Amino acid sequence: MSLAAVAPELKQPSPGEPVVVFENVTIGFENKPVLNNISFTVKPGETRILLGPAGVGKSVLLKMADGLLRPDSGRIFVFGEEVSSMPEEDLFALRARIGIVFQEGALFDSLTVRDNVGYRLMQEHLPDEEIDRRVIEALRFVELEHTLDKLPSELSGGMRRRVAIARAIITKPDLILYDSPTGGLDPITSTTIIALVMKQRDVYRTSSLLVTHRLQDAFVLASHRFNREANAMEPLPEGHSDPQTSFLVLSEGRLVFDGSTHDLVHSDDPFLKEYLS
Amino acid sequence: MTQALATLDRAAKKGVSAVQQYALISGRALSNLFRRPFYGADIITQADIIGVGSIPIVILTGFFTGGVLALQSASTLAQFGAAAVTGQLVALSMIKELGPVLTSLMVSGRNASGMASELGSMMVTEQIDAMRALGTDPLKKLVMPRITATIIMLFFLTIISDAIGIMGGAAVSVFLLGQDGSQYFHTAYQSLRYPDILQGLVKPLIFGLIIATIGCYYGMTTRGGTQGVGRSTTQAVVVSSVLIIASDFVISRFMIGIFGR
Repeated sequence: MSLAAVAPELKQPSPGEPVVVFENVTIGFENKPVLNNISFTVKPGETRILLGPAGVGKSVLLKMADGLLRPDSGRIFVFGEEVSSMPEEDLFALRARIGIVFQEGALFDSLTVRDNVGYRLMQEHLPDEEIDRRVIEALRFVELEHTLDKLPSELSGGMRRRVAIARAIITKPDLILYDSPTGGLDPITSTTIIALVMKQRDVYRTSSLLVTHRLQDAFVLASHRFNREANAMEPLPEGHSDPQTSFLVLSEGRLVFDGSTHDLVHSDDPFLKEYLS
Repeated sequence: MTQALATLDRAAKKGVSAVQQYALISGRALSNLFRRPFYGADIITQADIIGVGSIPIVILTGFFTGGVLALQSASTLAQFGAAAVTGQLVALSMIKELGPVLTSLMVSGRNASGMASELGSMMVTEQIDAMRALGTDPLKKLVMPRITATIIMLFFLTIISDAIGIMGGAAVSVFLLGQDGSQYFHTAYQSLRYPDILQGLVKPLIFGLIIATIGCYYGMTTRGGTQGVGRSTTQAVVVSSVLIIASDFVISRFMIGIFGR
């Protein structure tokens, strides 16, 4: 039986309604506050880049958006559904519309690339032929269709991250959450990953929330677009930035910036100036 | 003094929270047995790993436990002229106590640690989060099959252990102590009553539940990288072993209270 058959029907958001809404969200662990009173939105087709120093709570925020963690206070809405108070059973259905790329990929180490990428389809008991077709299609997107029968341990760090992206996009989600997709990778591999994120943004117009502490990756995303004909990214004209890409900056558990690329680079805030320098 | 009280308060709260979390994980996993989707293939895989994989150690420990029981008891019984009831002593001891307890301790050492380390590694590498994000309930997919498989397989492993233990006692009695084989089996069979069998078969069901829930609880609550996985593995074995021995006493007292033997 497919998940869709057993899942409760989800509320469809009206056009233009934000895909993700954080309302005064606060969370802490073992009596230590991590995020304090965070509010922001992600609109349809928008890519929001979440910047901040390491350990500031960026990954925690992303996991809350997927309902993997619950806030201590405040409300989180995804596709109009309040994920902060939803039972886990209902969240499973909602997550079918969300793709997530974890920090280290989080691939199942005992499953092959094919089974990792097609995991959700296998759980829905789709026919093997359809699973194979869609897995190859997703792997082709990340240019790794030759790794089908390999185990994650046989892949490089960058390849594992690309497989994780393929796993996240296989169901053509309406929202993708990227948790430091380039963390720990060399600059060339990072550029490959950023190009894939950009391809997903510009080709499929998928809403996304991307966490990173690498400024160069964030600004490449904001200042480039994906050229479908050339199958490569290319810089936007001088002084232009992607209008659908904007920034959020966290510092000491608080959201200190929420705005466009232009506003970020021209901000007079001392912390932002120091952080960006 | 105030600091000591605060430390005690924190420790007590941590303890209560751990028990609460254990109960929640175990309860939710068990209730999943009756909810769709049903992971039958995972139960069979776990039954193979936990049950079939444990047969060699269960056979070895069962055989030598029965053997040493016959060896030690025969000399003591001989002082009272009762060496002929060696079979009775071995059979009752194996079926009521040593079979279930030793088998459970062996399975605990092998599988509670395995569950804690496997699930713990998945926790620290975010594979459990990934599973949830991909729409699968890890309590249903990972924990429920382990609990079900352990309870079922420990029941049968205990029967194997009991039988092999009695055979081990027979081998020692006949080949080392020169006793009569048919007398050994006759006294063993004649002394057994249904309450003894019942006691010996109820215990592995409870012990199986303890092994799997403790192993999975420590695995699913692992924090702190590879060091955390090591800590969870050790704690799972220690806690499940202590709980097996403690609950054995409680079950024995309860059964003796009901059946009078």
